[in-house]
Amino acid sequence: MIHIDWVYALVGGAIIGLSVSLMLLWNGRVTGISGIIGGALSYSVGDFAWRVLFVLGLVSGGLALSFFHPVMFTGTLDTSTWTLVAAGLLVGFGTSLGSGCTSGHGVCGISRLSPRSLVATIVFMVAGIASVVAFRALGVFS
Amino acid sequence: MKSAVLSFVVGFIFAVGLGISGMTQPTKVVGFLDLFGDWDPSLMFVMVGAIGVHFVSFRFIRKLPTPLVEKQWHLPSKTELTPSLIIGAVLFGMGWALGGYCPGPAVSSLGSLDPRPFYFVLSMLAGMVIFKGVNGLFKFNR
Repeated sequence: MIHIDWVYALVGGAIIGLSVSLMLLWNGRVTGISGIIGGALSYSVGDFAWRVLFVLGLVSGGLALSFFHPVMFTGTLDTSTWTLVAAGLLVGFGTSLGSGCTSGHGVCGISRLSPRSLVATIVFMVAGIASVVAFRALGVFS
Repeated sequence: MKSAVLSFVVGFIFAVGLGISGMTQPTKVVGFLDLFGDWDPSLMFVMVGAIGVHFVSFRFIRKLPTPLVEKQWHLPSKTELTPSLIIGAVLFGMGWALGGYCPGPAVSSLGSLDPRPFYFVLSMLAGMVIFKGVNGLFKFNR
């Protein structure tokens, strides 16, 4: 039985695939969000503007979507602010140490058949699945 | 400068794909990682769509001598599997499960003007800065 969410996910995924393809075609770069942001934090001339403009594009896209289709940003978790802060710290530190996130490793790296990205993607998926089990047991998620 | 403007376009399209796919809804992300609970498989199709497109496009684009705008390719060249890669991916997976955001959806959700993504993104930036500080002392990555 095909669920409508699966179709949205597939279409959205294909659009993500298109956008990372355009980044490669135009700029010859991998679209890894954590890497793009992390690189902007260590400022260097000539390697800054494209990073900031990419992030602005990402935020503008979110702004446009929330104007036309705010339901896309519902479904926030019922957790404390400090839980979110802990999550952000883990994601920021972890993606820097592991050189990538869902986009850089999961989409771009796997498409290139990079062994590092294949391993990283399997590891963060397994860690995520195990963490949900653990966080439920600990009562972090209601 | 042209490449920076095109990065904005890529970021915008990327955000639209994320919104349509469901990746900007933390409860869906946790539902996807909840393999041993009430599993929601829909976000698996985001990877199918994105990799499906980019796996093919990558092979055509890489046949070009250079990208269309930049003068050279900027692709990752590392191949070895390192402890940093694995530990970083574990920490990222934990944070992804805890907050329901990976970097791209968190940044594009800033456009929704909800305070929760702001807390997440600010602490993600802090996590990246902390990594840079720690890595400057111990040099365990790059």
